[in-house]
Amino acid sequence: MSVFNSKIPEGPLAQKWTNYKDHQKLVNPSNKRKLDVIIVGTGLAGASAAASLGEMGFNVKNFTIQDSPRRAHSIAAQGGINAAKNYPNDGDSVYRLFYDTIKGGDYRAREANVYRLAEVSNSIIDQCVAQGVPFAREYGGLLDNRSFGGAQVSRTFYARGQTGQQLLLGAYQALMRQVNAGSVKMYTRNELVEIVLVEGKARGIITRDLVTGKLERHFGHAVVLATGGYGNTFFLSTNAMGSNGSAAVKAFHKGAMFANPCMAQIHPTCIPVHGEFQSKLTLMSESLRNDGRIWVPAKKEDAEAIRAGKLKPTQIAEEDRDYYLERRYPAFGNLVPRDVASRAAKERCDAGYGVGTGLAVYLDFKSAIDRLGKDVIEARYGNLFQMYEKIVDDNPYETPMMIYPAIHYTMGGIWVDYELQTNIPGLFAAGEANFSDHGANRLGASALMQGLADGYFVLPYTIQNYLADDIRTPRMTTEEKEFVEAEKAVKDRFEKLLSIQGQRSVDSIHKELGLVMWDFVGMGRNAEGLKKAVKRIAEIKKEFWTNVRIPGNKEGMNVELEKASRLADFIEIGALMARDALDREESCGGHFREEYQTGEGEALRQDDKFAYVSCWEYKGEDAEPALHKEELVYEFVEMLQRNYK
Amino acid sequence: MEKTINLTLKVWRQNGPKEKGRFETYQVSNISTDSSFLEMMDILNEQLVGENKEPIAFDHDCREGICGMCSLYINGRPHGPDEDITTCQLHMRKFKDGETVTIEPWRAAAFPIIKDLIVDRTAFDKIIAAGGYVSVNTGGVPDANAIPIARPAAEEAMDAAACIGCGACVAACKNSSAMLFVSAKVSQLALLPQGKVEAKRRAKAMVSKMDELGFGGCTNTGACEVECPKSISIAHISRLNREYLKSRLSE
Repeated sequence: MSVFNSKIPEGPLAQKWTNYKDHQKLVNPSNKRKLDVIIVGTGLAGASAAASLGEMGFNVKNFTIQDSPRRAHSIAAQGGINAAKNYPNDGDSVYRLFYDTIKGGDYRAREANVYRLAEVSNSIIDQCVAQGVPFAREYGGLLDNRSFGGAQVSRTFYARGQTGQQLLLGAYQALMRQVNAGSVKMYTRNELVEIVLVEGKARGIITRDLVTGKLERHFGHAVVLATGGYGNTFFLSTNAMGSNGSAAVKAFHKGAMFANPCMAQIHPTCIPVHGEFQSKLTLMSESLRNDGRIWVPAKKEDAEAIRAGKLKPTQIAEEDRDYYLERRYPAFGNLVPRDVASRAAKERCDAGYGVGTGLAVYLDFKSAIDRLGKDVIEARYGNLFQMYEKIVDDNPYETPMMIYPAIHYTMGGIWVDYELQTNIPGLFAAGEANFSDHGANRLGASALMQGLADGYFVLPYTIQNYLADDIRTPRMTTEEKEFVEAEKAVKDRFEKLLSIQGQRSVDSIHKELGLVMWDFVGMGRNAEGLKKAVKRIAEIKKEFWTNVRIPGNKEGMNVELEKASRLADFIEIGALMARDALDREESCGGHFREEYQTGEGEALRQDDKFAYVSCWEYKGEDAEPALHKEELVYEFVEMLQRNYK
Repeated sequence: MEKTINLTLKVWRQNGPKEKGRFETYQVSNISTDSSFLEMMDILNEQLVGENKEPIAFDHDCREGICGMCSLYINGRPHGPDEDITTCQLHMRKFKDGETVTIEPWRAAAFPIIKDLIVDRTAFDKIIAAGGYVSVNTGGVPDANAIPIARPAAEEAMDAAACIGCGACVAACKNSSAMLFVSAKVSQLALLPQGKVEAKRRAKAMVSKMDELGFGGCTNTGACEVECPKSISIAHISRLNREYLKSRLSE
């Protein structure tokens, strides 16, 4: 039995969301003005929620660590956004998008949540077009679509290779319109450092002004965390430098469950690591797999010659190339889901067929250029090709790109129910910050869909169901003891960090954590390695708290202090990821336990034992967290072995 | 192929908005030419932390040229000596061994310095808030395919919409004008039927906010277009002028 109520509405799958909306509580316009909603984060989920709630008349306070809401990392999403419009008439439907997402997630997401996501997907496209998002169009003036991994239909809407940018700017502009109207107050360069509970309910936050260093208290009738994922636990990832998991950890410490922490996505097409000074990894959009073919040399001696610089990829004859995705997965070919493509690349490289440093495979556009012409390829992917050339100093129109998997997205996150509410009343989580819709693996072009679904079309409804009971709660003053105590705890923590005055920089410890994560909690995991990781992370934690060096003080801007505070939380998340991965004795989606695979090396689930969401509860600084299970009950779909062959 | 270089860096340091700034000189050695400019800055900062000195504050985030956060003025050019990229995409292979590199913040009255190389660009948000949007609420909008848009118009709108709001145009302009930034948004939305409805109002509101915030006027030097990392064309400034004129004439 689940200890938490996921609040799935009654009725047939396709009726649940309608039933919910028909019967939920609403807040009348004159009461909305009296209710304060804090939204942390200004990415797709945060900005769209803040704009929508502002338009509805709530009094919104929106926070971001960046200098402008437009900088949130949603901006970097390249390929596109899925919707079940079926404009290409190729057999798509809401059900098929739902089914592909459930299957892509390896049957570890909730049916009702995913169905709702598919259901609202079409409204998102309508909304974005109305905002002036310049999606790609056909000559007839109608919208164009392309294909993404894990689907046999073309349902991905896109704006060149900058879809995330255009969707975020649409949401940002809607948000700035509300700032202008006075319904949203924007706090930039402000970081959440604590969540304040009053009588068990989320009632506010403590923030640190990153310019002045001052701590500030903010009251809200409800608090929404739209703070993104925790991929930077690995130090090297495709996330932005500032992306962090600290808000999730603050929620965890206050009693919110952390769900499926081990479920992280390794994206197959990133520019490979090339040196120890490297600060981040750059993604090459999945959309490239529409036209690019992935291969390694079929002969080991060719791979060795390439690594030694004696052969060029263009010198390898067609019959000496191993297009291993097309070979292993003829039905989906280069468009298998990300987890499958990543593992297949690792398998070839581990077997000695890798190119470059040995940890890279080719993504080749030659046959697409021959078929369609260079101009067409340039129009589709020009900005990505340019980005690749600037970084690698090699022309991908002539030589194939080199790619390798990298950490990209975290499916796990703060546990939420159907209403996107955590187990703490009044605390909500949206977008990548929550765990809800992608199960064990997210399909390409579904992160943008989920972020905007949560912000535009889910939270504006569900948060009212909570706030309707709060219309008689007057605004609290932040002089209440809960606020004073929370601020004091934060102040003590920062002072403790600054007092360590050890020998090591924040980054050097973070890199050490990242290597442990990549080696033992990365693409291939096993019990022995995970136990080692738990032990190593505990050592790193000790090293951090006794030997980190943070120059400067807590007044004014102090970037090292910001980084240190976030790293303390990453260390905690890393430990949680390892522990969760150890508990889950099965392979599913992005979580691959080497002990559990089919004869052909595919992920082998154990549905009889692990068809649950793992929910971790914080038990104190030195105690082990407790595991609770939310059973996943599938009423409408049969759990099958995923097959992309 | 990888090689390493040594550089002398002259970096602008300034403790706060009202403090007096100065150049400080640093040496970095064995920098791989495959590393990015900001990775070189990371290495320098690691060095400074090792010496128990405060690292240099600079803005950066996505490190893939899209968030618009990075903003350095390198050897007299916004985003440094390469074409069509941001500072984070600039790589050390563009520099020679032994070279002296001067690194400064954006300099413009409307972008006050916060610390070292970090400036305050909230003026751009204020300009967008004044009218850089289509006034639609969430929900109740027509089907996405209800209004066909000619592909050339959609493509040109996308060219303008590619602006990342970094502020290089302002930093490059001798008048510190924000016309390229403003025109990109006005142009994008004026080109689309969804945005055309309030095009005149938008142009007027955004231009008057820009003037109010202390940006200079445009004298058509074209420096902004040259330094724009996203190759936004000054043709958009002409469209802005037309939209603005229309709004004044209809008063």
